Amino acid sequence: MLAKRIIPCLDVKDGRVVKGIHFVGLQEVGDAVELGRRYAQEGADELVYLDISATLEGRNTFAELVSRVAGAVNIPFTVGGGISSLDDASRLLDAGADKITVNSAAIARPELISEIASKYGRQFVVVAIDAKSCPDGRWMATTHGGSRPSDKELFSWAKEAEERGAGEILFTSMDHDGTRNGYPCPVYAALSDALGIPVIASGGAGSVQDIAEVLTQGKADAALAASIFHYGQYTVGEVKRQLSGMGIPVRL
Amino acid sequence: MIAIIDYDMGNLRSLENALDRLGATYCVTDDPAVIRAADKVILPGVGHAGLAMDNLVQRGLTELIPSLRQPVLGICVGMQVLCRDSEEAPGKPCLGVFDAHVRLFSPAPGCKVPHMGWNDLGNMEGKLLKDLDKNPYVYFVHSYYAGLCPDTVATCRYANVMFSAALRYENFYGTQFHPEKSGSVGEKILQNFLAL
Repeated sequence: MLAKRIIPCLDVKDGRVVKGIHFVGLQEVGDAVELGRRYAQEGADELVYLDISATLEGRNTFAELVSRVAGAVNIPFTVGGGISSLDDASRLLDAGADKITVNSAAIARPELISEIASKYGRQFVVVAIDAKSCPDGRWMATTHGGSRPSDKELFSWAKEAEERGAGEILFTSMDHDGTRNGYPCPVYAALSDALGIPVIASGGAGSVQDIAEVLTQGKADAALAASIFHYGQYTVGEVKRQLSGMGIPVRL
Repeated sequence: MIAIIDYDMGNLRSLENALDRLGATYCVTDDPAVIRAADKVILPGVGHAGLAMDNLVQRGLTELIPSLRQPVLGICVGMQVLCRDSEEAPGKPCLGVFDAHVRLFSPAPGCKVPHMGWNDLGNMEGKLLKDLDKNPYVYFVHSYYAGLCPDTVATCRYANVMFSAALRYENFYGTQFHPEKSGSVGEKILQNFLAL
């Protein structure tokens, strides 16, 4: 049976993981390669590395980091942050990334999705959507980390992204992100039903119960989490064992 | 020396990294003489099976590959082109080593296409898949699958379809999943291939 995936996300700035990540017995906090390997050993199903560097030097450092991660980690990993052209995607593929994620740049120029997918295949392209609910009940995509509105409505944009060649949709509710209060499960379920490609839930997990709910009621195929792991509340292995105990198919 | 066949079907970096981690020596080549002389041959492949066949034809490898006598491992699309034919390459025969027909998954509720992620193996047989835990999880990314056939040496179920996760005929092996991305289970499978 296809397992639900648990995906830790690491934010990288100038080649170092910036959020405080806690591993018992691991002193070298910040080493992105070592942390990735550690997560993989604990049972992470994939990894996501997001580059939050603001400078060109930082971006170059990131490509070198991707290449070191590819050498060290034996599970699939996705990279993202500031990818705005086919060249950017090609550079990261050459460095060894299995998938890339595009967000703001795809909203600005949706053809980017088709350009990357037609060259490297649908499985290589994850379209990330950061959306906020509006007073009229619609969910609207935002750009630049939630700071700018866009004219894309969540469901129609996700459908368009699928038609243009996205292999997966990574949806983050900006209303829930960072709150650790759980996910908007009905929205995830509707999105998952509307699409023929996997949906990855992101942002909002405060407990294993929250993750379990989005994977069952929310019909998500995978859950991406940062703070629940970073703050050492749970290890990846603990989360997966608890999910398994609740009857959710996971790889142990 | 292992020859990894380079026929312009996707990035070989993951496979090279996995072999590096196992300490194996390999070369990446489309030279028939080098391929013929190698101890083992890997035919990788990500992408479109029709294009994969075209690229093999262009390089003059379609007769060479089925004639190889050393262990050969086809991965993902590399496994599919070793089958008889594929719905992704209508009207084109594939290499015909495995007696399987390759079909497209039909999208259905609960069956998103591609089949992407970790799924478990069953009915494992033979040296390639020896010394693994029962029903180990491996990483798949594919929209087409080889049906069950006499060459099937591992099965997997997705939605309502039971398909060949691994095939074997004489010295030819194939995995629909990506051992190079399948964690420690994948490493063990690659080690088993290296030990053949």
